[in-house]
Amino acid sequence: MSDVKLRIDDTEVSVPAESTILDAAKKARVKIPTLCHLEGVQAIGACRVCLVEVEGARTLLPSCVTPVREGMQVWTRTRRVRNARRTVVELLLSDHDGDCQTCERNDDCELQALARELGIRELRYTGETSRRIVDRSTPALVRDTAKCILCRRCVAACCEVQGVGALFPQGRGFSSVIGPAFCADLDSVACVQCGQCAAVCPVGAISELDQIDEVWSLLDDPEKHVVVQTAPAIRAALGECFGYPPGTLVTGKMVAALRRLGFDAVFDTNFAADLTIMEEGSELLARLKKALVDEQKVALPQFTSCSPGWIKYAEYFYPDLLANISTCKSPQQMFGAVAKTYYADKLGKRPEDIAVVSIMPCTAKKFEAQRAEMNDSGVRDVDVVLTTRELGRMIRQSGVDFRSLPDEEMDAPLGLSTGAADIFANTGGVMEAALRTVYEIVTGRPLPFDNLHIEPIAGLEGVKEAALTLESCKPEWSFLEGVEVKVAVAHGLTNARKILDKVRAGESDHHFIEIMTCPGGCIGGGGQPRMTDDAVRAARIKAIYLEDEGKKLRKSHENPDLQKLYADFLGEPLGEKSHKLLHTHYEERARV
Amino acid sequence: MCADAAIRCQEGEVDEAELLRRLDEVVRDYRGKPGALIPVLQIAQGILGYLPVEALKRISLGLQVPYSEVAGVVGFYSYFSTIPRGKHVIRVCLGTACYVRGGKDVLEAIKHELEIDVGGTTEDRVFSLEVARCFGACGLAPAVMVDKTVHKRVRPMKIRQLLAPYYEMESMQEERHVG
Repeated sequence: MSDVKLRIDDTEVSVPAESTILDAAKKARVKIPTLCHLEGVQAIGACRVCLVEVEGARTLLPSCVTPVREGMQVWTRTRRVRNARRTVVELLLSDHDGDCQTCERNDDCELQALARELGIRELRYTGETSRRIVDRSTPALVRDTAKCILCRRCVAACCEVQGVGALFPQGRGFSSVIGPAFCADLDSVACVQCGQCAAVCPVGAISELDQIDEVWSLLDDPEKHVVVQTAPAIRAALGECFGYPPGTLVTGKMVAALRRLGFDAVFDTNFAADLTIMEEGSELLARLKKALVDEQKVALPQFTSCSPGWIKYAEYFYPDLLANISTCKSPQQMFGAVAKTYYADKLGKRPEDIAVVSIMPCTAKKFEAQRAEMNDSGVRDVDVVLTTRELGRMIRQSGVDFRSLPDEEMDAPLGLSTGAADIFANTGGVMEAALRTVYEIVTGRPLPFDNLHIEPIAGLEGVKEAALTLESCKPEWSFLEGVEVKVAVAHGLTNARKILDKVRAGESDHHFIEIMTCPGGCIGGGGQPRMTDDAVRAARIKAIYLEDEGKKLRKSHENPDLQKLYADFLGEPLGEKSHKLLHTHYEERARV
Repeated sequence: MCADAAIRCQEGEVDEAELLRRLDEVVRDYRGKPGALIPVLQIAQGILGYLPVEALKRISLGLQVPYSEVAGVVGFYSYFSTIPRGKHVIRVCLGTACYVRGGKDVLEAIKHELEIDVGGTTEDRVFSLEVARCFGACGLAPAVMVDKTVHKRVRPMKIRQLLAPYYEMESMQEERHVG
């Protein structure tokens, strides 16, 4: 369709005919506030904050759902618009628990910011307020309906982006509540705890379960040796909590901050990501050998297992494919198991003397850490999981001035990692990291791609595919000679579903499939600083590739401390000790 | 819906497992059809008399609609009920015409006669009471619907007479069963 010309206030702008007034305003650089709009996901005109005046129209119109017309004149700042917008926000505030000082979203709340912008100084409307349900049933998320403004962004994230459908409007009119079926607790329904609901909530109605105090208690306990691990995605996002633009790498300052908080050792989940590649790559080769040489029935394609939201999703919705999921624990859990055994041994300590705190971009990691089977060190492998946002708040609580910190290095021996581990943060990254190692093990040569990057599986496309032919294999891998290894990558569970349905129907000829729960991968995780849109995702992804390219070692099998871990402790990938400490199993869960 | 309800009444007590099996067939017929949820819920309520959790879970799984959405739709429409209802559903119209012509007094009289509130069911599970907004029978105001029958110009004094035939129907069925 051709473009349409219109005027937003005094600015003439030309946009595609299918655009909304809000799209046009963005292009004209005119800011229209919104609370329910989610770019590319939801435009439903629910919150009424984006009302504008259109010449010739009888009433004010919600700009997020009103299509543009040729010659339209839109006014966004007239008295009528300002009054209406203000009244709308006042009405939202009349049924909102406005305990701002004690709210987790204080200073990070879209409603609070809007009320401030509009200069609302008194609450004109008071009266009955709707029902308060506080749901602390899950280890990852807290819901408080008294703060909810019924914008339905969480519903769109849960139903459209993730295809999970744990949240939906319940009831009608004033008694409407956004929640699980019949307002039950979240732990009683099929929720994967990915936290995409919390990531898009404009207010404090859904947020991560705050565990900062638990970490302070561990740090204050003189009996405990407290180590911290940081996921690959944190370093490209934590800066946003301190005013840096998205995509700023703050690895050195993050390490310095963690040291100042009092952790006894600052380690890296990346070390365990390298370890994951050794185990998961070996597992893939073992499955291929079984299929091609021994002609045994074996579950292929193999799925990655790093993303705990995806794991729980499969347990609910694709229990028939559980055998296809790599038995490797996620890097977080591998780290915990190694820290409480190998590292504890080195210090002459018992597993129970070590506390492992993880900093994750993810709320589902909180759930994963407390899964009953995650205690192969003899005690719980990971004690407390904080999201990126919580770490940001904890650093503020400590009084450390993040921006003025020097850059510092991670501690040995669990702090060294390769570039392959960094890219675990991005969609397509685990696959690329695995292929960097698998290809080299099989052929003895480095992955034949420019700068080791596999372009077709990078970027924000929902489902991506690539193929790679193995040639001139080493003698022990001769059975793979000429095999075209087919891989696929999906991020966001609705995208994952597309590929999973193909696998289920027997229409997939892939060998290895990477699935990450959140759009963009871990850099877009449910625990990352708000708001994450595609521009922010792209900036973080770029930063992560930069971190990878800046490393001297960029393939997991080259990590010298990892080689030492195998030589001194684990033996070999998929060996007996690995099997006990680093691998796990999955179980079917009832969907309703 | 009414046909199924009639079957249910004629046959007397059919065990719930059999009713759920019938529901499964309905769900199978509607699977994959867009907009299937509301008609399936209507039919389910017709078969079972109300919408028990077990039925809603089957519908969610069978139609591949999230359980939260099924519950949301059930909670949105006052027509749907998740608590067991009586064999006969009385709907008192409180639309504008019925309201001004005494619908409220009729409702009070029925509540008094049956000793239940709106949304309630009598202890013998013969009647459930609901309010409705306009049957499109404003010329007959105040109107009361019992199952599919519209009773016109209902007077609070005549409630007992209006309900008597339904009680008779019940006692006749009782006798047949006993006999």
